[in-house]
Amino acid sequence: MTEKQNSPAGQEKVGVYICHCGSNIAGTINVDEVSEWIKGNPNVEVSRNYEFMCSSTGQELIENDIKEKGLTRVVVASCSPHMHEKTFREATERGGLNPFLFEMANIREHDSWATNNKEAATAKAKALVNAAVERVVHHKPLEKIPVDIDPKTMVVGGGIAGITAALELAEAGHHVYLVEREGTIGGHMAQIDKTFPTLDCSACILTPKMVDVGQNENITLLSYSEVESVDGYIGNFNITVRKKARCVDEELCTSCGICEEKCPQKVVDNNYGAGLSYRKAIYRAFPQAVPGYPVLDKENCTYFQTGKCKVCEKVCPTNAINYEQEDQLLNFNVGNIILATGYDLFDARKIPQYGYGRLPNVFSSLEFERMVNASGPTGGHILLRDGETEPKTIAIVHCVGSRDQNHNEYCSKVCCMYSLKFAHLVHEHLPEAEVYNYYIDMRTPGKGYEEFYHRLLKEGTHFIRGRVAEITDADRKPGEEGKLIVQSENTLLGVQQRNPVDMVILSAGIEARHDSEKVSKLFKMGCDYDGFFNERHPKLAPVSTMTDGIFIAGACQGPKDIPDTVAQGGAAASQVAKLISQGTVMMEPVRASIREDECSGCRICNNLCPYNAIEYDEEKKVSHVVTALCQGCGTCVAACPSGVIDGAHFTNTQILAELEGILWDMPTEMTVMEEV
Amino acid sequence: MKYGYYPGCSLEKNARAYHVSTMAVAEPLGIEFVEVEDWNCCGATEMMAIEKIPAFALISRNLALAAKQNGSTNLVAPCSACYLNLKKADHYLAEDKGLRAKVDTALEAGGLSYQPGTINVQHLLETIAVDIGYDAVEERVVKPLYSLRVAPYYGCLVPRPATMQSFDDPEHPTSLDKILQRLGATVIDYPLKAQCCGGHMTQISEDTALELIRRLLKNAADCEADMIATLCPMCQLNLDAYQDAVNAHFGTDYQIPIVYFTQLMGLAFGIPAKELGFGKEFVSAQPALDKITEEAPKPVRTRGRGKQKAELPMPTQLEER
Repeated sequence: MTEKQNSPAGQEKVGVYICHCGSNIAGTINVDEVSEWIKGNPNVEVSRNYEFMCSSTGQELIENDIKEKGLTRVVVASCSPHMHEKTFREATERGGLNPFLFEMANIREHDSWATNNKEAATAKAKALVNAAVERVVHHKPLEKIPVDIDPKTMVVGGGIAGITAALELAEAGHHVYLVEREGTIGGHMAQIDKTFPTLDCSACILTPKMVDVGQNENITLLSYSEVESVDGYIGNFNITVRKKARCVDEELCTSCGICEEKCPQKVVDNNYGAGLSYRKAIYRAFPQAVPGYPVLDKENCTYFQTGKCKVCEKVCPTNAINYEQEDQLLNFNVGNIILATGYDLFDARKIPQYGYGRLPNVFSSLEFERMVNASGPTGGHILLRDGETEPKTIAIVHCVGSRDQNHNEYCSKVCCMYSLKFAHLVHEHLPEAEVYNYYIDMRTPGKGYEEFYHRLLKEGTHFIRGRVAEITDADRKPGEEGKLIVQSENTLLGVQQRNPVDMVILSAGIEARHDSEKVSKLFKMGCDYDGFFNERHPKLAPVSTMTDGIFIAGACQGPKDIPDTVAQGGAAASQVAKLISQGTVMMEPVRASIREDECSGCRICNNLCPYNAIEYDEEKKVSHVVTALCQGCGTCVAACPSGVIDGAHFTNTQILAELEGILWDMPTEMTVMEEV
Repeated sequence: MKYGYYPGCSLEKNARAYHVSTMAVAEPLGIEFVEVEDWNCCGATEMMAIEKIPAFALISRNLALAAKQNGSTNLVAPCSACYLNLKKADHYLAEDKGLRAKVDTALEAGGLSYQPGTINVQHLLETIAVDIGYDAVEERVVKPLYSLRVAPYYGCLVPRPATMQSFDDPEHPTSLDKILQRLGATVIDYPLKAQCCGGHMTQISEDTALELIRRLLKNAADCEADMIATLCPMCQLNLDAYQDAVNAHFGTDYQIPIVYFTQLMGLAFGIPAKELGFGKEFVSAQPALDKITEEAPKPVRTRGRGKQKAELPMPTQLEER
């Protein structure tokens, strides 16, 4: 293999370490063969393979070789740099070398885990290791860049996750901007009647927290607002928030509610009311709303639609109504961001055979939550859609839109428990009523959850194991007239069943917010196939994201119940608090720099930079990079027509050497083509 | 637009009205049908159950003939069973290499060959709903079917199976509903619209078939439908010809005419009933057709919406899919 190194033989002394990762790597790749083969590279001084390079013994191998054999460069071939780059850089540093004189080859995620073909995997491992060796020879010592952390934080989303995170930080003495899209904070938890399995009143445990948010001096609450843009990086984010015009002057409004009372325009409340109740065109979602100022819904306001009415203006005792109010753009800096944007309920109309939206007495789970809530449209009475008849039989259908390959393959995690809660509430409100729970599997993992299931078994709920095929009003047999017939399989009895009932509740699953992909792009982070935000590591970094300084909490990361959501809100806050108390973080020295004496001053790079990190010097007629703003993306490096911008740690020489290294066994003609 | 046309055996005889009315509405819709020359039976539902290879070979011969014939790569089958068989054959020939090799041998014996995917098999409903479009249908209407209450009946074959990329929801199709609405008819939300008519059960287990037919008729009657509009010769035959048998068996008195949707389209397009095959049905459609009014009926509030004060609001319908 020796004929095609682009680095002079013996220029550097490279130590190469191939990790077995137990059998994760060694089970597929012949590690002995790779480590023996790479010795043929003239720059390689030492080549070893070891069971776990990340263990302290593995790291000591590196340290000792640097000291004893005078290594000048280090290559470890193991897992993804996301896992252990930091570990091995530190080992390199402890050995006495600059940590950037290290390079990592990923032969696990990119190789051994991707195939069962041992021969091919070994060949690829050789190429990857050779590429790393060729590259590391050209590495330069670099110093990390210190970045100060702005102690202010932005929390996006005012549900229980965002409320928890904001309060934790504010109570620790840090300033928080809490941005909420709706007119009030509270989120889904404010809609719910009781919480499982303890049956606490949801509002009773939530509203004190909401009040705390409203009163905490460290929290700037921006309700009816949306994040417009996010610039910058960890420690130094610059945020623009659109504070939508609510047509109410917050300085003057006393939250007396008379505008809402007198407003003549009634509209279905599809948001807080889950479509089961009405609100006015100027409204507060509920009496305990925080902040207490109402929002004027322009789309449904008679004045905005016809130019006449202005009743709210006439009745307002403090002249707080301002139809001319415009959206405000607010700009501020924060050091960290916590996203707690929550979830959407699966839209049961997507399963037309369940009849939601066609058959009046088929209800969604959120509709039922509102109905059974004492502050809901029926005052807590369970009634059919006619608003007066009490149902005698109720079917509760689990897994609507969840565990279903046509919709969402995942389990929504909370539906079994809230369906059990519904059954209990029916028994409580209508002791004579029969309740049928249709389930696929009963999933009740959690403290006190299984016990709650047993309680329901004793309360006399009927449990039918089987997915519901259809809900119809087409009666076929006597006794079915005027009923909703639930057609399902009973897998325990092995029969098909038709069950006539008065009311059906669809336990719809949890989905990512409809605009989660847009939001993830705004914050320059990732979301998964289902639209949930990606955590940095599923086990060990569940609230961190791949973007430093941006954290996630609650159901925006995946379906979650209230305890888990609150735990994540707290975890995200503690991650942020850690960074704030550190005060400074060290950032990768991967930055662009312009060789000013060679710059032609064409200014092509100026507008391309997504971070506005390039300035033009009018006197010298050249451009230069503001290192503090540069994120090392490399756009300018690639675009510079004179080739005078260098990306530290990603220089042309390093990249080309890496490419030559990986293509070591290509025929010579290929190399010739590249030169052309 | 030019389309290959595969009438199938039914449309030659018992479903003559379907064929005649399809031809009658083709011209105003701008469709030119070119019948596949020398086509043969699709094997209906039985052949496939008896022996797979000859069944697929029989169907594939029609695909091969359609592909050979100059004209269109779209092949329209008005009969649901023909449609499903043709579409199924095209699908499985592409998927199953072993099957394709055997079918190829059979086709070669007749000097034919077929490359799966060449022909795009469509049901007539798909052609009209998707290719022609609801707006174009509405534009041709000169005599709207005002006040006629129609139950749209799709049967079980056309929207299924979903794995073969159905043009409509397999459990709750709506394309026929929309066509009939554009004709001015009052379309009822027919709960059993995609359920089975019994198929050839009438020959094997009459009790089973009669019960299946009874359900469909009872439900249509409960919904106060004046007639059932269908798109399948089998469905039409079972519901129409066996209606007397159902009445005798169950002691009922259903008199619900079963017509092809193309017949109703023709009427709305101003084509005389005689030219649309009306009169061939067992349960006469005439009393129902007499109900058509010149003026649009006053809109009736859909069920469950704001009649009384106490009533809770209904969720809105999902947007047009």
